[in-house]
Amino acid sequence: MTDATLPPETAQPAAKTPMQPKSLYAIDDLTRKRNAAEKRFQAYGITAIGIGLFFLVVLAYAIISQGIPAFSRTVVEVEFTLTQAQYEEAEGTLFKTRAYEEIFIGALTGQLQDSGIETPVEPEAIERIVGKPGGTIREFFRENEDRLGEPVQFDLAASSRVDGYMSGRITRESMTDSRFLMKSDLDLVDNLVEAQVIKTVFNWPFITGADAGVDNAAAAGIGASVVGSFFMMLVVLFLSLPIGVAASIYLEEFAPQNRFTDLIEVNISNLAAVPSIVFGILGLAVFIQFMHLPQSAPLVGGLVLTLMTLPTIIISTRASLKAVPPSIRDAALGVGASKMQATFHHVLPLAMPGILTGTIIGLAQALGETAPLLLIGMVGFVARGYPEGFIEGFTEPNSAMPAQIYTWAARSDLAFTEKAWGGIVVLLIFLLSMNILAIILRRRFERRW
Amino acid sequence: MPLFWLILIVLVIAAVGYVLGRARAMSSAGGELAALHSLPSYYGANVAMKVVVPAFLLLIVWLLAQPFYVNSVISDMIPETAIEEGSSRGLVLAEVRRAARGLDNAVATGAMDEEFARNARADFADISTRLRDAGQIVTSEISQPILRAAQRYRILNSTGNLIMSVAVILVALFAAFWALRETNAEFRARNVVEQGIKAILIAAASIAILTTIGIVLSLVFNTWEFFRLYPASDFFFGLTWSPSFSGRGSSSQLGIIPLLWGTFYISIVALLVAVPIGLFAAVYLSEYAGPKVRAVAKPLLEVLAGIPTIVYGLFALLTVGPLLLSVFGDEGLGIMQAGTAVMTAGLVMGIMLIPFVSSLSDDIINAVPQAMRDGSYGLGATKSETVRQVILPAALPGIVGAILLAASRAIGETMIVVLGAGAAARLSLNPFEAMTTVTAKIVSQLTGDADFASPVALVAFALGMTLFVITLGLNIVALYIVRKYREQYD
Repeated sequence: MTDATLPPETAQPAAKTPMQPKSLYAIDDLTRKRNAAEKRFQAYGITAIGIGLFFLVVLAYAIISQGIPAFSRTVVEVEFTLTQAQYEEAEGTLFKTRAYEEIFIGALTGQLQDSGIETPVEPEAIERIVGKPGGTIREFFRENEDRLGEPVQFDLAASSRVDGYMSGRITRESMTDSRFLMKSDLDLVDNLVEAQVIKTVFNWPFITGADAGVDNAAAAGIGASVVGSFFMMLVVLFLSLPIGVAASIYLEEFAPQNRFTDLIEVNISNLAAVPSIVFGILGLAVFIQFMHLPQSAPLVGGLVLTLMTLPTIIISTRASLKAVPPSIRDAALGVGASKMQATFHHVLPLAMPGILTGTIIGLAQALGETAPLLLIGMVGFVARGYPEGFIEGFTEPNSAMPAQIYTWAARSDLAFTEKAWGGIVVLLIFLLSMNILAIILRRRFERRW
Repeated sequence: MPLFWLILIVLVIAAVGYVLGRARAMSSAGGELAALHSLPSYYGANVAMKVVVPAFLLLIVWLLAQPFYVNSVISDMIPETAIEEGSSRGLVLAEVRRAARGLDNAVATGAMDEEFARNARADFADISTRLRDAGQIVTSEISQPILRAAQRYRILNSTGNLIMSVAVILVALFAAFWALRETNAEFRARNVVEQGIKAILIAAASIAILTTIGIVLSLVFNTWEFFRLYPASDFFFGLTWSPSFSGRGSSSQLGIIPLLWGTFYISIVALLVAVPIGLFAAVYLSEYAGPKVRAVAKPLLEVLAGIPTIVYGLFALLTVGPLLLSVFGDEGLGIMQAGTAVMTAGLVMGIMLIPFVSSLSDDIINAVPQAMRDGSYGLGATKSETVRQVILPAALPGIVGAILLAASRAIGETMIVVLGAGAAARLSLNPFEAMTTVTAKIVSQLTGDADFASPVALVAFALGMTLFVITLGLNIVALYIVRKYREQYD
């Protein structure tokens, strides 16, 4: 700013007092202010990224710390020998399971005494801890009569309250006496733990099992819905990959510049931003209401997710087709290939790694999608077991991992929330491995032209 | 599964056709490859294509058309008197289909033989008892017209399927025969096959259009149906949302205003979290961060976008909700009643949207030409002054577009609000109160047994329509702005 532009009144005093010779190294107030503003601005940026990463860490911590307990379960491990005579006697009584239960309690007390612990074992307390063991034992021996007279080890699942006590979900202070578990039972549980009768083992039933009833949280597993998700992903893969690649090839290599092409492009970019629940409504109305496809079937879920992931796959496929340099096409055309041959023999194979990466990411997105599945009836409680065969896997009602997690989360029982977190760990393991596969593919086959 | 076998038969005919077509072309050229117009495999592919395409087209059209025909025949069979008060033709037809499925299952389990299930003069009571014994009747009463209609339904469907199988196989065989006849050395097989492939490519690209049409039609028809049962003005301007599932929904009040309010309130909270954090992160990453920091921080932030929304939902319900409750609840400030609230859902949704805002803004800021930065530095501006006074104004349209896209994401988000926002529809200003959104209500109205005749279920389609229109509008505006902006600096 020069003095000439200043009004005379303000310029006057400046002219009177001679300019202080200022060193460039002496920082004046304005510079100090500006530097401080600069620092502040940079700090805001770092804070923003810090907050983002902090949320990521909190999320990861919440998932891991609350999901891990779902992978262990509490069993009551009792070994005893049932003689032929005992078996016949028990079968001869009026209350048969009751008789077996007495044998079981006898064995339990024996094992406690072996460890040198004296404690009264009441049948009622045992029933609260392991349910009614008599039925399971009788069932076993009736089916395996040849095992009579030799030692047999039983791993009986402890009730969900005991499970909660073992995993720290329920403490002595927080629990109230109920018909499910009494405070006095916890002494017995502690003694049984000391005698190594109650043990914590890896929860295989959670990995392999199916959803159980509302009152039986301990038996619920995610296996059946993993199978449901798997069949859905098969449908998505075998429909969206060919359709997506075909559509991208047309748009990228053959489409003329006209209204129709524009219409397709606008539709694809809009569909990519349509909320997923709208695709669920589409699936409900078109596939179930109109075409009468079976409700809750992974086939329908796969179709809906295919439509949902197509835009994602088309966008990434087009990007990787675009990345193949025109010289490849020109060379193929130059030696006499038709345009179709140049595309399918040369461009497509070169773009394949990129296409596969995009497809895997699209599949991962589809795998975690919940809302549309709820609308077509793939809710968790439908997943009651494994499908009988390959074709039934597509058509029989089943659930999917995220829908199963939602069903568990919606039940108010704390034992089910633990299952829900565990389910999320399983889901994230699948997603993580798919994404790692995508990264490896990209690293391995990526080609810079 | 007969359909599976039918498809397999067509594919086998195509495979045989391929081999024959290839062989015929070779023999017509006398084994001389150079005498053929195209490579031999094109002759085979020509035959296979001509078998598969018409046969599958016929199959698809037939599968779509048959239910219509059967339904209209069955619908005519049911007299007006058989439709009870409060019921509808659609419900009776569903009943007929259930009964027919019951008969199918009864035949499959051996409770009755095929002859008996089809016999129209069979004793009505006898059939009912047998069905009940086989455990196939869910409804308590099955009426005479419904049973007769179900029998007719089964007969129509089975003859329809039989005719379809024969027709499809005949078409496949005829096409194979015709394609083989035209195969000779001069036939321009490659051009024909390439035309065919191009048609398939165009069809694949058109699926995007078909999907949009499908979405619009399924929303429009059911919304129309809903507005016939429930006045549109009450829906759009009603201030109360209280669906009643009893009494066939006649006493329900289905006003969308509270739901829209909840939706916008939660979205605004989410954007208030996501936009500042996302924007500052984007500015820092594109203007300040070195390549190493960028290579680590950017993918880590984007992990947040790759996490399924159900995870965020659970996080809101079980972690953030209780945390907020302990601060603002009865033991703290006393303004929060339960863990599920606008704040809970909005906060978590904001976390989800951070990478969405930051990635898009990052791209847009990077697209601002370097010359503008250099000019600003040359005038003596600091980095932050350059960002605030040069880069952000230049990138503003693009950033607005990115925020609009994030807003459309927030409005359409489902699982977080289903789990985190509560279920009560209310008009309130307190962000610590539970509210509900359009998407959450779509889920709750349509999950479970969807009965397409009552307003309480159909309202979901009207809600979906509203949601679709709002997000579509936002997307179109946002994409337009972003595209315009990109062109500006290209």
